[in-house]
Amino acid sequence: MGISFSARKVFSGFTLDASWDIGNELAVIFGYSGAGKSMTLQMIAGLLTPDEGNIVLGETVLFDSGRNVNTRPQKRSIGYVFQDLALFPHMTVAENIRYGGRGIEKNEQEERCRELLRMFRITGLEDRLPSQISGGQKQRVALARALIRRPGALLLDEPFSALDMPIRFEMRTMLKEIQQSYHMPVVLITHDVDEALAVADRMIVYSDGRVMQAGSPEEIFLSPACEEVSSLSRFAGELRRSVPFPGSELCGSTT
Amino acid sequence: MDGSSWFSLRLSLQVAAVATLMIVVAGVAIAYLLAMKRFRGREALDMLFTLPLVLPPTVTGYYLIVLFGRNGLIGRPLHEATGWTVMFTWHAAVLASFVVALPLMIKTARAAIESVDRNLINASYTLGHSKCETALRVILPLAKKGIIAGAVLSFARAMGEFGATLMLAGNIPGRTDTMPIAIYSMAGSGDWSRSGVMVAFFTAVSGVFLYVANLYSRRTT
Repeated sequence: MGISFSARKVFSGFTLDASWDIGNELAVIFGYSGAGKSMTLQMIAGLLTPDEGNIVLGETVLFDSGRNVNTRPQKRSIGYVFQDLALFPHMTVAENIRYGGRGIEKNEQEERCRELLRMFRITGLEDRLPSQISGGQKQRVALARALIRRPGALLLDEPFSALDMPIRFEMRTMLKEIQQSYHMPVVLITHDVDEALAVADRMIVYSDGRVMQAGSPEEIFLSPACEEVSSLSRFAGELRRSVPFPGSELCGSTT
Repeated sequence: MDGSSWFSLRLSLQVAAVATLMIVVAGVAIAYLLAMKRFRGREALDMLFTLPLVLPPTVTGYYLIVLFGRNGLIGRPLHEATGWTVMFTWHAAVLASFVVALPLMIKTARAAIESVDRNLINASYTLGHSKCETALRVILPLAKKGIIAGAVLSFARAMGEFGATLMLAGNIPGRTDTMPIAIYSMAGSGDWSRSGVMVAFFTAVSGVFLYVANLYSRRTT
């Protein structure tokens, strides 16, 4: 299992041209706002169509411009957690979670819903509306909803950015546990260096629609491929300051 | 109010109810199409459906006669096939009310559908739900208040429809004289007391409908 992404898209004057591969691991796409991170997730989920390229999840080709393959988002088996969580405001917590279980037999759906409520420690909130629960609880509901179908991959578009620090720490730990227990590739977008360091097995650094560098967090922060990556990771504190900037390499090559 | 006034009131309510039912079905479908689909001629289609809102009702009535009159583009083949014509029946009043009030539903419902957060729609797609399921379980429930406001406005407009109705359904006492037409006839024959009662009644009913429509419009935003 893993994701292979290679796509080019010109959209409203912005060009995204990126390629990367990840295995069954937790990958963090890291970069400033407007670097093309969200566009990348939307392309993997099928919400945005690349002009050209190919996207593969495990053995399944989701998109291939050469072979005219473009699987609909409904058929991609991908869990997606949006930045604003996109919980349905007219549905209760339980209804939101069960809504993600389309195609699953009703009893099984109920069982999985109860299991997820327990796992995310939100049992007792089943009948509440999203407007009646806290930010951290909403995060858990959004994760539970994305996971009820047991997708082949999980994509998260900066879902923790609006949370208080203690809850963010808790959610990061939970995300690592999810990746390990579900054995699937997880892609998290963030522009928070600490968050990237805390959870990433692999980091993909984006800038201006291109992949600047991809590798383990240690490789990114200890051996930045270029000044742009170095400046992005400037806030990594002692870790970054202890290593001199190599400086001479060219940026922009994709992995 | 005497027997003929009650008949006019009952007919107006009947015409407005049937027209509103048709408007809700057609109006929501057209509003969904205009709000969610990108196709050539989308705004031209919107303009076509909105025209009766700005055209004098007599002009709308004229077009309807051209289309549905006994020698009309649709009316003639219909009459030849069935021997039936819509002209000068209460169905003609429904048709006139439907066409004149439909834009109110389309405008209100389109705005409500367009205001549904795009991320909620995308979330539904990524959770495996088709466009149709998403429309029925996410978009329309969230646009519900706008749709109700549109239906209430359409009902009020259909109740008050006069010009196009007069041209299509005529003024046949006991058959096609809806309340606005009856008021016109009574005032024209100098029966101010009876027409005054109906006018007062109509004003009160319209006021209530506008209040309800405003209530739902405010809740939508």
